[in-house]
Amino acid sequence: MNFYLLTLIKMALTALVLLTCCAYAVWVERKVLAHIQLRPGPYRVGPHGLLQPLADLIKLLTKEGIVPSYANPFFYLLAPFLAVALALTAIVVIPFTPEFELFGVRTAIGLTDLNIGILFLLALSSLGVYGIAIGGWASNNKYSLMGSLRSSAQMVSYELPLAMAIVSPLLLVNTLNLREIVELQNGFHFGLLPKWNVFASPVPQALGFVIFLIAAFAETNRVPFDLPEAESELVAGFHTEYSSMMFASFFMAEYANIITICCVATVLFLGGWHPLWPAEYGSDLVPVVLLAAAGLMLLFHAAQAARRRKWDRFTFPVFGVLLLGLAPVFLIPVLKPVLIPFFWFVAKAGFLVFVFIWIRGTLPRYRYDQLMRFAWTFLFPLSLANLLVTGLVVALAG
Amino acid sequence: MDVLLFLIFAAIAVGCALNLVLQTHPISSALSLIGVMGSLAVLYLLLGGEFLAAVQLIVYAGAIMVLFVFVIMLLNAGGEKKPSKKVLRTAVALPLLFTLAGVAAYVLASQAPRTETVKFGAYVAGPYEVGKALFTTWLLPFEVTSILILIAILGAVVLARKEI
Amino acid sequence: MPEGYLPIFIFLICAILFPLVLLAIFRYLRPSLPIPVKLEAYECGIRAASNARGRYTVRFYIVAILFVVFDVETIFLFPWAVRFRQLAWFGVAEVAVFLSILIVGYIWAYKKGALEWV
Repeated sequence: MNFYLLTLIKMALTALVLLTCCAYAVWVERKVLAHIQLRPGPYRVGPHGLLQPLADLIKLLTKEGIVPSYANPFFYLLAPFLAVALALTAIVVIPFTPEFELFGVRTAIGLTDLNIGILFLLALSSLGVYGIAIGGWASNNKYSLMGSLRSSAQMVSYELPLAMAIVSPLLLVNTLNLREIVELQNGFHFGLLPKWNVFASPVPQALGFVIFLIAAFAETNRVPFDLPEAESELVAGFHTEYSSMMFASFFMAEYANIITICCVATVLFLGGWHPLWPAEYGSDLVPVVLLAAAGLMLLFHAAQAARRRKWDRFTFPVFGVLLLGLAPVFLIPVLKPVLIPFFWFVAKAGFLVFVFIWIRGTLPRYRYDQLMRFAWTFLFPLSLANLLVTGLVVALAG
Repeated sequence: MDVLLFLIFAAIAVGCALNLVLQTHPISSALSLIGVMGSLAVLYLLLGGEFLAAVQLIVYAGAIMVLFVFVIMLLNAGGEKKPSKKVLRTAVALPLLFTLAGVAAYVLASQAPRTETVKFGAYVAGPYEVGKALFTTWLLPFEVTSILILIAILGAVVLARKEI
Repeated sequence: MPEGYLPIFIFLICAILFPLVLLAIFRYLRPSLPIPVKLEAYECGIRAASNARGRYTVRFYIVAILFVVFDVETIFLFPWAVRFRQLAWFGVAEVAVFLSILIVGYIWAYKKGALEWV
């Protein structure tokens, strides 16, 4: 098949899936937070609030878009689109599966392969500051300006430990190409423990992984580093004045950033698409078992007569049968080389997204001076030390 | 394809550069400069300098321009006043400008050594090649760079300490 | 240019166009009733006391300039990581010298209190 046609099809699919994931990440976040706080969360729109993202989208699209009279209209409108365009573009370099052959076409899930993939991501994340900085400045609102100043200072401060934490696993793999990085993490120690960079010999990059995650929280302005939108002091931070589609763009950019950075962490530290344990011990069956168990559980709950919610009587069996039907798809030999790696990648990245939400439900917010001191006097030297120790030990081991 | 991309991004670079000079508000100028940096990165990419393109984006567009934007935001630098438009002044200045540009172009074209035209993708300068050059051939300049950076740290802190 | 960069441009263009198209389409479904009070800067319901553009603390400036300096340093580490196997001990020594000079600068800045946010 034509290379360009294939790329265009993949691009359309990636964009569609990414946007859906962004929308449903909000739903998942609200649900998880709600359950952490012993509430049901969104429940009204669709079964278990499953159509909530759609309702939110329609609401945001039909709201009045306000441009404050003191704002600079051009920059005010430019900022959210800049933010969302940069955030969405980052997904282009992520490799989701190894190359496979399907119906005579050789391809892989993942749009492109750059020799400087990691640097491209760093460049995009450093450009991401502008959307927030300009948005807050153009709003001409005290909360917005303060929020955007805080946010940009925080993002640049944490970019240094982030970059350092990225370099230390690179010392083990010696390439900036994301696909090659994943391929080099193939194999198992003692036939059991995966050779991911977190468990790599001679220096496991566990510390680097933790530094990366902490910096990632700050880069995406998430709790405990969500100072830019600290609602108790700054109302909504840099997007105080934004409404309607412009607000939705900032929102989408935030979630796209979270998804991307989780994918990057998966690629760099968690071995991308490689399974948690060898296929000989049945790691290929994990998706089948998981889906089947989920389906059976739904059917079991559907059979319980005591359910009061009228939706559940229909949706539980439907979803249960759907999941049960989906489970054997992972056993089809033709699709196996695509679906199994893809499942592992999505599972790891999805777990990291869950960790982001989990932390939000657990930790309180830092004070701004603590946040900056933490970045400059603790995290930065720590990442530097981690880098030097990694370099020394890898050189010692030859 | 390469020629098309070159023309597009060269045009963007020149357009942004002109906009940078013509705009009166500092933040518009700063954003135009980011545009220039971004299109320059694409031009490096067209020549094959992948690593250089990424560095251009990260260091110039992502770090130095952030500093510019920060200073503008912190100091509340307002728009400068437009000089009053005088027809006579423009009438004299424009031909002079073109003459200057023409002379400069002529001198450059005649004086600069004639080489082969640069081909797209002629240079292979990925991270691997840059690493090789940087850590073997150009070792001393690389180490001296660190002293330069050290001086920059000293300068930055000394400059800012006065104000605190 | 290597073919791999083409998808980036196309994706970037689409990512810019997508919200703009949505914005343009839904302009007709969206109410637009701007009244002066609504268009004022939001300050929790009271009238804005003054313009937001004032002068802010120089701290942010120090952070930005230190970031520029250290960012340049970080960039140099990437080619080192890629060539790490070939350079081996030689590379480690080079980077150790490079970094130790910078660490001196870092410690000096720390002692001066430039990294503290007060």
